[in-house]
Amino acid sequence: MAECVKISFTVNGEQETRDAAVGQTLLSFIRDELHLTGTKSGCEIGECGACTVLLNGKPVNSCLVLAVELDGKDLVTIEAIAKDGKLDKIQQSFIDHAAFQCGYCTPGMIISTKALLERKENPTDDDINEALSGNLCRCGAYQEIRAAVKDAAKK
Amino acid sequence: MTELKCVGTTVARKDAIEKVTGAAEYIEDRFLGPLLYLKMKKSTVAHGKIKKLDISRALEYPGVKTVLTGKDYKSKIGLYLVDRDFIAIDKVRYWGEPVALVVAVSEKIAAEAVELIDVEYEELPGVFDPFEALKPDAPIIHENLGSYEVVPIFYPQEGTNIANHFKLRKGDTDQGFAEADLIIEKEYYVPQMQHVPIETHKAAAHWSPDGKLTVWSTAQSPNVVRQLLAKSFELPMHKIRVISSFIGGGFGGKAGAGLEGLVVPVAQKFPGYVARIVLNREEDMQGTFTRQAMYATLKTGVKINGKITALEYKMIWDGGAYTEYGVNIVRSAGYSSTGAYEIPNVKTDSYCVYTNNSIGGPVRGFGMCEMQWGIERHMEYIAKELKMDPLEIRLINGMKNGSTTAAGQVVEDVDFKKCIETVADQIKWGKKEPGSNGKLRGKGISGLVKCPAQPSNASSSAIIRINEDGTAHIMVGATEMGQGMLTAMSQIASEILHIPVEKIDIKVPDTDFTPYEWQSVGSRITYTCGTSVKRAAEDALGQIYRAASDLLQVPQEELTFDGKMIYSTKDANKKATIAEVADSCKKCTGEGIAGPIIGRGSFIPSNMTNLDPETGQGNPGMFYCFGATGAEVEVDPETGVVTVLQLASSIDAGKAVNPQLCKCQLHGGTIMGLSTALYEEVKFDKGVMLNRNFTDYKISSIDNTPHIDSFIIETPETKGPFGVRGIGEQPMIGVAPAIANAVSDALGVEFNTFPLTPERVWKTLHEKK
Repeated sequence: MAECVKISFTVNGEQETRDAAVGQTLLSFIRDELHLTGTKSGCEIGECGACTVLLNGKPVNSCLVLAVELDGKDLVTIEAIAKDGKLDKIQQSFIDHAAFQCGYCTPGMIISTKALLERKENPTDDDINEALSGNLCRCGAYQEIRAAVKDAAKK
Repeated sequence: MTELKCVGTTVARKDAIEKVTGAAEYIEDRFLGPLLYLKMKKSTVAHGKIKKLDISRALEYPGVKTVLTGKDYKSKIGLYLVDRDFIAIDKVRYWGEPVALVVAVSEKIAAEAVELIDVEYEELPGVFDPFEALKPDAPIIHENLGSYEVVPIFYPQEGTNIANHFKLRKGDTDQGFAEADLIIEKEYYVPQMQHVPIETHKAAAHWSPDGKLTVWSTAQSPNVVRQLLAKSFELPMHKIRVISSFIGGGFGGKAGAGLEGLVVPVAQKFPGYVARIVLNREEDMQGTFTRQAMYATLKTGVKINGKITALEYKMIWDGGAYTEYGVNIVRSAGYSSTGAYEIPNVKTDSYCVYTNNSIGGPVRGFGMCEMQWGIERHMEYIAKELKMDPLEIRLINGMKNGSTTAAGQVVEDVDFKKCIETVADQIKWGKKEPGSNGKLRGKGISGLVKCPAQPSNASSSAIIRINEDGTAHIMVGATEMGQGMLTAMSQIASEILHIPVEKIDIKVPDTDFTPYEWQSVGSRITYTCGTSVKRAAEDALGQIYRAASDLLQVPQEELTFDGKMIYSTKDANKKATIAEVADSCKKCTGEGIAGPIIGRGSFIPSNMTNLDPETGQGNPGMFYCFGATGAEVEVDPETGVVTVLQLASSIDAGKAVNPQLCKCQLHGGTIMGLSTALYEEVKFDKGVMLNRNFTDYKISSIDNTPHIDSFIIETPETKGPFGVRGIGEQPMIGVAPAIANAVSDALGVEFNTFPLTPERVWKTLHEKK
């Protein structure tokens, strides 16, 4: 079996200590070890953004990060965006504007939006375009996504 | 029609909360249990005999359970023309064709073992464009074409590379050209593209000791998967369960079946395991259906008044190595070959040709984007020659109520004029804007039309169960790939049953529990499945009235239902809730009245006919959906960069079940069309696909997607449920020609192919100089 390393981290607010295989991606670790399947795999080479998670508050493509790099860090996935059974304002805006169709890119899109709104309270179209340019949506919900992000910022 | 309460309103998607919280399950999220991982060994030549295939080293590799080769699969697979091996046998026909399948306890081990398989090929001469393939001395790609099973509306020609030749003859083109004042002939080319859904193709299978096969699949049609597996593996349908989940984008690429068959023998060999295959991005791009390239010659005869008198369209399609599905795209493009225009005399020949390129197959538009690229570019040439307004040419020839299509089918409920005038108005057609900083501006428009491409026996069904508390479940076989099927079906049921949408549950299909639906393709579901759901709801409501009549002792015709109570119109005290009717169905005496209420509805189109094999005449369309696209662009002549300033898109939905979701579809199709207009082209070098990832194969991202002005036109479709027609594919069709027409207007040069990359635009502009 592959060599493992013990790592300690927080995931969605909970402290965890686990064995991570050397060479395993954070994406695989999140889906296969932590069983948090809301994070999606689309390309595994950092091109599509479907696997975006927050690592120490910053959006990263989890397919480009190794699981062992999680040691000592704080991980937030889509499962923790709604709090106490209540949707985050971003999630509600995405619903209000129907800012998704198949929904496969949506977890990554919402995580990237979360990071954007942490940085900028009132993002412009250019800010949104820049922040979400790494999240591909083949259904083409971009117009609705722009509206949803702006609306969420206002809430 | 009485006023609608739910159909035509915007309600939130049924799958909304699941999809924004990460709770929505896609198929891979449901691959549970002891897993086996499958990885394909792929051919390194595009056309060759397999001289040696040594799997022994892979078999010995620790963690490998087995390695399968083509001989482990007893039959071929194919929807219309059964021409495809699951794994190549004796020869390979395209680069990347699977030659062996490793089964291992982890993905990593499977991938490592693939490298230990030793294959030697005797390379055969390849054919990489259909013209080469049509030459009399061309290498034959399918030697046994004549022995393949084929649906008898397709015409493969044994001893050639022609997988289908669709012929259409309407009127008399000799006479039509003789009547013309002007004849224009041009060539057009549309390259291959890929769907690239963000979720790649995936499948898994489990074999139970009692001979039950369970398959999990990303396919757009679980019923067709079941049908093809039943045939390929000689299993009765009740022993095959195909489970669908939310699909992470389909766009036609997940129509039919492929991977599902690959996993079955593995599951059979290892009962109790879940054998899974998950394509990575590169495998998905290279190994799944691509849009077939089209090479076409289009000739029209036109009178000085702008009326087109004759059209001759020759389309040669690069079907790739296997054309099991592609043969029907070629047929569909053939019978629709006048686009949105009525032309009295038509001669069309549409050829599906085998090459050693990647497999061609269905993509959103199903031949219409390619075929109407020619039509809509051609309209510009006609307008220029006649010095007429391109909008006017389109209005003069555009279809209206009572017009006949190329196939001779009479179209009804058409308002193409409104569709195209709406987008023209939006972009201020006819008003030329000056460019700035040396850039040049131009405007372009395009019409579009599409009917679902389906066999005339493609049917549909629905079941609605009313619960004891008056809530309901809808069961359908349609899949949810983002188009909003779950929501639209709930709204249709709600409209009839008066049960609010939030009290209706609807799930994605599972063939053991949900009734038959042919395929979720062809923009047909809102119409076909919608009709089934409407009928099932009417059936359930009829049962409710019958039971209520007995319960309340009131004649049925005296009863009415306000959404809360069923009551007598003569005595409002005689009333019952749906829950009361659905629950006990008992009188106070305790005598039973009716059992649980289960509504049933089914649908098969009655207005489609077979086409005459010689003339292609008949009724291929269940309904025709028209629309239009308008664009304004700014082009930098120094760099060739095209910036889209305005993009307007209209579609005649008949009736938008959910206007918000309808607009989402309209925007999504328009954006996909824009992406193909500006960026997308699969590139091959002697069959080797060169751009196999999102860096090399660019698609629209948010930062390069302009605002779209969208318009839903509602000319009711008489036969559709509540006047509905499907619109999923159509918005894509007009975008590439509208953009090209606009760029042409800006620069004064013509484009007979796309995408309009800076390189292509710059070169075309400078060649002119």
